[in-house]
Amino acid sequence: MSADTRTARNVSLLTRIGRGGPVTVLSLVLLALLLIFGLLLGDQLFSVGALQSMAFQLPELGILSLAMMVALLSGGLNLSIIATANLCALTMAYVLTHHVPGAEGFMWGAWQVMAVLAGIAVATAIGLLNGAVIAYLGVSPILATLGTMTMCKGLSIGLTRGNVISGFPDPIVFLGNGVIGGVPVAMIIFLALCAPVAVLLNKSPFGHKIYMIGSNEKATRYSGVDTRRVTLKVYVLSSLLAVAAALVMMARFNSANASYGESYLLVTILAAVLGGVDPFGGFGKVGGLMMALILLQVISSAFNLLNFSPFLTVAIWGALIIGVTALAVLREGLGGLRR
Amino acid sequence: MTLAADQRSFMPALRRFRRSHEFWLLVVVIVFCLGLGLATDSFLTLQNLFDLLTSNAFVGILAAGLLVVLVAGGIDISFTATASVAQYVALSLALSYGLGWFAIFAIAGAVGVVCGLINAIFITKLRISSIIVSIATLNIFYGLLIFFSGGKYITSLPKYFRDGVWWFEYDDAAGVPYALNLQILVLAIVFLCTWLLLNRTNVGRQIYAMGGNKDAAQRLGFQVFRLNCLVYGYLGLIAGVASLVQAQLAQSVTPTVLVGKELDVLAAVVLGGASLAGGVGTVLGTILGVALLAILQNGLVLVGVSSYWSQLFVGLIILVAVSITAWSERRRRQSKAIN
Repeated sequence: MSADTRTARNVSLLTRIGRGGPVTVLSLVLLALLLIFGLLLGDQLFSVGALQSMAFQLPELGILSLAMMVALLSGGLNLSIIATANLCALTMAYVLTHHVPGAEGFMWGAWQVMAVLAGIAVATAIGLLNGAVIAYLGVSPILATLGTMTMCKGLSIGLTRGNVISGFPDPIVFLGNGVIGGVPVAMIIFLALCAPVAVLLNKSPFGHKIYMIGSNEKATRYSGVDTRRVTLKVYVLSSLLAVAAALVMMARFNSANASYGESYLLVTILAAVLGGVDPFGGFGKVGGLMMALILLQVISSAFNLLNFSPFLTVAIWGALIIGVTALAVLREGLGGLRR
Repeated sequence: MTLAADQRSFMPALRRFRRSHEFWLLVVVIVFCLGLGLATDSFLTLQNLFDLLTSNAFVGILAAGLLVVLVAGGIDISFTATASVAQYVALSLALSYGLGWFAIFAIAGAVGVVCGLINAIFITKLRISSIIVSIATLNIFYGLLIFFSGGKYITSLPKYFRDGVWWFEYDDAAGVPYALNLQILVLAIVFLCTWLLLNRTNVGRQIYAMGGNKDAAQRLGFQVFRLNCLVYGYLGLIAGVASLVQAQLAQSVTPTVLVGKELDVLAAVVLGGASLAGGVGTVLGTILGVALLAILQNGLVLVGVSSYWSQLFVGLIILVAVSITAWSERRRRQSKAIN
């Protein structure tokens, strides 16, 4: 990426603010916001309905942000997550709406599993392509994934002519709209993905290697790690998380299209960086990302209840990340400003 | 790399050119043109080339501005939002106060420069990576624009603006008129100015030097903040000017239509050989990069491929081009290491 923040490279954005790390800082911001919104909206924000609708909306952006995060941690970037998700959703949608054996029974269930497997296969192929081009050919991640993004979207548009595929069996729709014990299934899926990703990143050798590559790729290679192989796996993992997002997204809308959720692409990067992920790689935790997502979701829901335009929400999200960073610089004292 | 050394004789310069990225790009573009000229009757007609130039002027103008930022080692993807804001402000004011050509270009340019300077200040003073800043500002500019404008179109533009520029009219044998229109005029001026800035000014050399190695440039006493203000301000100015060109062609102002095109422009500049690491890139390469994508999409339609598929081919071209560039770079480095 660009060279202009080399100075800030060793310290992740939010850890510069407080000693407590991103989770503490974001919790404080969140508390302040909850106080303000609570005064403005009263019980509206904290009603069961409002909380449930937040829990319905958060997982899509959440899972996509996880997919972006693993790539960011390795010092890369994956611009193709949305295009991958849409291509996979269309693949699954195609299988689900064609040659369905019956309307119930074992074969019907097995066919749905087949559809999901087809989506996973497509995602793996895209992940391998991204990973191979980045790791083995040495293309910069932005450019490689920009290429696959355009290609995947082109394939989706070409195959569907921009049309929507809709009408899925109940079990699939349940994934996006169902509720178990008051908690949306999509939320459960998101949490069920966060846990293993967090464990994988923090406890497994693979995770440690991702952080090492993000901090210093050359040093990691010289210390005997097959960095290419790890990078390849990172992009496959990123793609697999994108297919999970695809499943939740298509289930929620009960349809799939070549250009769903495109406005999420750059927001996932914002969410990850707000959550303390260093845009140059090497630093960042799943917990921080989750706090950032909750923060963004609270702002979005509160603005919605206040009848503000959703575009204003997007502007505030952008301002938030700059504001949080400005805070960090101010805390460092005027020395930071004089540079 | 592109610092054109003094040309003692013509031959070494030619030999150097033959090894450059631009040479191969030129070959590909010529092969495409010849192939399409032979395959279709309509490609190499004055009519088609005129339309091609007019309709791709907007992307071309923006590409020239983005090139300067990439050469300086930064990246900016907020320019489409900047363009939308500039367009809206300039033409709303023109309608309210009956402003003329000079005034609307001045206003659009000024709005663009202000947006660019905001980016430069955040990037330099807050020391956040330029990609994060520009994603944030993209959302801020765009969100605020839609919030305040309500997303409304402006369709009743001033008469002189709707008529545009139509100089040196020339009618061909069939009576079809051609002329130097606003799009082609501005495109030519912007490319000329960018070439002069990068190749014929002291500041241009400093921009290449800063992109090549920012720390070294800083130690040599370059004013990094001032240079950043210049490059991001220049892109803002260009975005403002480009926005009017686009509005003139579309004959209306739609606040939502430009945002989302930023990655297309980035792809064109990168195809032209500019490196995201900074310090590398030429105006000729950028022209060829824009031309290649424009000719590819135009050619596919003329050959009879449905336009639904064109994005797939664009993606393929990007992926192949960046892969070849990275691969040859790597081999050159390896052969150097062996020698």
